[in-house]
Amino acid sequence: MVAGESGMGKSTLVNSLFLTDLYKDRKLLNAEERINQTVEIIKHTVDIEEKGVKLKLTIVDTPGFGDAVNNNECWKPITDYIDQQFEQYFRDESGLNRKNIQDNRVHCCLYFIPPFGHGLRPVDVEFMKALHEKVNIIPLIAKADCLTPNEIKKLKDRIRDEIEKFGIKVYQFPECDSDEDEEFKQLDKELKECTPFAVIGSNTVVEARGQRVRGRLYPWGIVEVENQSHCDFVKLRNMLIRSHMHDLKDVTCDVHYENYRAQCIQEMTSKLAQDNRMESPIPILPLSTPDVETEKLIKMKDEELKRMQEMLNKMQQQMHDKEQ
Amino acid sequence: MAANEVDVFANEEKRNLELRGHVGFDSLPDQLVSKSVAQGFCFNILCVGETGIGKSTLMNTLFNTTFENEEASHYEKEVQLRPQMYSLQESNVNLKLTVVHTVGFGDQINKEESYKPILEYIDAQFEKYLEEEMKIKRSLANCHDTRIHICLYFIAPNGHSLKSLDLVTMKKLDSKVNIIPVIAKADTVSRSELDKLKIKVMSELVSNGVQIYQFPTEDEAVAEINSSMNTHLPFAVVGSVDDVKVGNKMVKARLYPWGSVQVENENHCDFVKLREMLLRVNMEDLREQTHARHYELYRRCKLEEMGFKDSDPDSQSFSLQETYEAKRKEFLVDLQRKEEEMRQMFVNKVKETEAELKEKEKELHGRFEQLKRMHQDEKKNLEEKRRELEEEMNAFNRRKVAAETLMGQALQGCSQPFKKDKDKKNFFSLPSACSLTSGRNLN
Repeated sequence: MVAGESGMGKSTLVNSLFLTDLYKDRKLLNAEERINQTVEIIKHTVDIEEKGVKLKLTIVDTPGFGDAVNNNECWKPITDYIDQQFEQYFRDESGLNRKNIQDNRVHCCLYFIPPFGHGLRPVDVEFMKALHEKVNIIPLIAKADCLTPNEIKKLKDRIRDEIEKFGIKVYQFPECDSDEDEEFKQLDKELKECTPFAVIGSNTVVEARGQRVRGRLYPWGIVEVENQSHCDFVKLRNMLIRSHMHDLKDVTCDVHYENYRAQCIQEMTSKLAQDNRMESPIPILPLSTPDVETEKLIKMKDEELKRMQEMLNKMQQQMHDKEQ
Repeated sequence: MAANEVDVFANEEKRNLELRGHVGFDSLPDQLVSKSVAQGFCFNILCVGETGIGKSTLMNTLFNTTFENEEASHYEKEVQLRPQMYSLQESNVNLKLTVVHTVGFGDQINKEESYKPILEYIDAQFEKYLEEEMKIKRSLANCHDTRIHICLYFIAPNGHSLKSLDLVTMKKLDSKVNIIPVIAKADTVSRSELDKLKIKVMSELVSNGVQIYQFPTEDEAVAEINSSMNTHLPFAVVGSVDDVKVGNKMVKARLYPWGSVQVENENHCDFVKLREMLLRVNMEDLREQTHARHYELYRRCKLEEMGFKDSDPDSQSFSLQETYEAKRKEFLVDLQRKEEEMRQMFVNKVKETEAELKEKEKELHGRFEQLKRMHQDEKKNLEEKRRELEEEMNAFNRRKVAAETLMGQALQGCSQPFKKDKDKKNFFSLPSACSLTSGRNLN
């Protein structure tokens, strides 16, 4: 999933990462149309193959995020979408036929932070706090070609501090095993110190130093996307696709999905426990829709029972009085 | 008689006359210049833009100095304006420069009210000037003119178009102040993207009816350059105060690993154009537009609000003074009426409270009486009961006495006949009970 304000370069980066063009014929809204825009969720699915390895890639785009004048709760459609995917997987998992489950859960969310400010803005903080327990967040500094190396460093430190200050849990790279070789450990350490990645995206190929590279052409120089000293695009690509893709999926399965599942079950059992005062001997299977109806029936029956009991008591009292 | 003559002269048309020699009033402009220079100029700039977009840096670069400005935080609850006044001098021209920054603009999650503080500030400056103008004893020449002469609106270069917040804010401000939009941080847009962005921005502004400041093209001297500049709006600027060595010169630039963006290089950005337009060519026009157009509009609206009119339905022109006096009287009458009303209300309230209190007193009194009566009744009951009890006790005692005497008599009666016969017999048989009773009776 990619999230961030319009014009941050999300589509360009996605195209650069996967070397495809996902966004042909895209319609961009004017400023006045965006005054009251709501956030949409658009899914693009592509099947890509490299050397016999097939990958089904789904990019979830969030146009309209942060564009309206009033951005209260503009992240709600996004959290709803993520929860929906979890719920669907939950149901599939507890269904009868589990062979062909399609995993549509969001494995990673790339959040684009604008480089024009001094750090995180309130809307960034709120968004990340709403999502950090549901999905792996990887914050990126977009359009990094407007910052000098010094400024990049300052901004990264600033953002790291603010992330810690606000208690946002972004995706952490897993620790290296102690038996990995030094080079790997060194790379890993560099990677960790580089977050959040400052990226530049480009789809155009330009001539630089006699080579054809992907970059952006300026009157004062050429920014190469794949040059490590220009930006962190290569690091991001390596991390996302080459080394940590599986780890991202694992963390989504083991941590975020399990959290969701536990929460879901807890809610359901606590609700049922309130309705039935006695314990149900059968463990409650997590089937959502049929359960609601039986719950309702149980509630109704309970109330009837109560009413009858009261009537009985009354009648007994009356008899007692009469006898006296 | 004299009045008539003056009237005749006033109705004549003005005629052109030829001068026969050099008179010397062609030095009027020079006199004006030296006077203005002595007085000093003042210029007020308002910078509107998101936090961190480069407003302070651009100001520093424009005026080649360092204005003290601390970095703003992103977490302000509301937009605030921070005016700062500086005194600059170049050659022998003094400039009182006021730079107003918007702090916290565009940071809030709900930005619907963001434009309000800015609008209020601009109006407040107009209001101040209007007040000064309408004073009886005024010193317009000496007062410090704080009206905003120009608003630089910083657009973030997000590559596609204006943001919705930008559009809304500019629309609210365009009738109050001269707006010049600039594209900030222009070193992030390549040439082709820049052209597209400029066209898009201008078309959006035009289609939404936002009136930005157009450089004047009436004056021949500057018409050409101004009209060409008009096509380059909005200016894409880059600001920097760091000196970088390029070639063999020290220039202001930003140094990147892939090259350096020179601020004063026309190929790199439009900074030079902005400086030309703003400071070197059109500064005076900006001030004049502010005074003649925006301020007059404000003044008209404000005075109409207050009820002033330029002419009566009968086509008699009021003088400002009379209208003012009339208004004042009206207000005073109003005030007095309100005072009376309030006083009446107060008196009524007092009366009501008094009445309430009296009623309460009566109630309490009544209850007290009631309680007293009850108390007395109970006392009476008690007394009666006591009497009854005493009577009963007496009756009981009497009965006791009577019973005992009867018993005594009965015993005596029965003991007498037996006294002759049984004296000897019953001396021992009638035991002590008889003798005791008789003994007791006798006693």
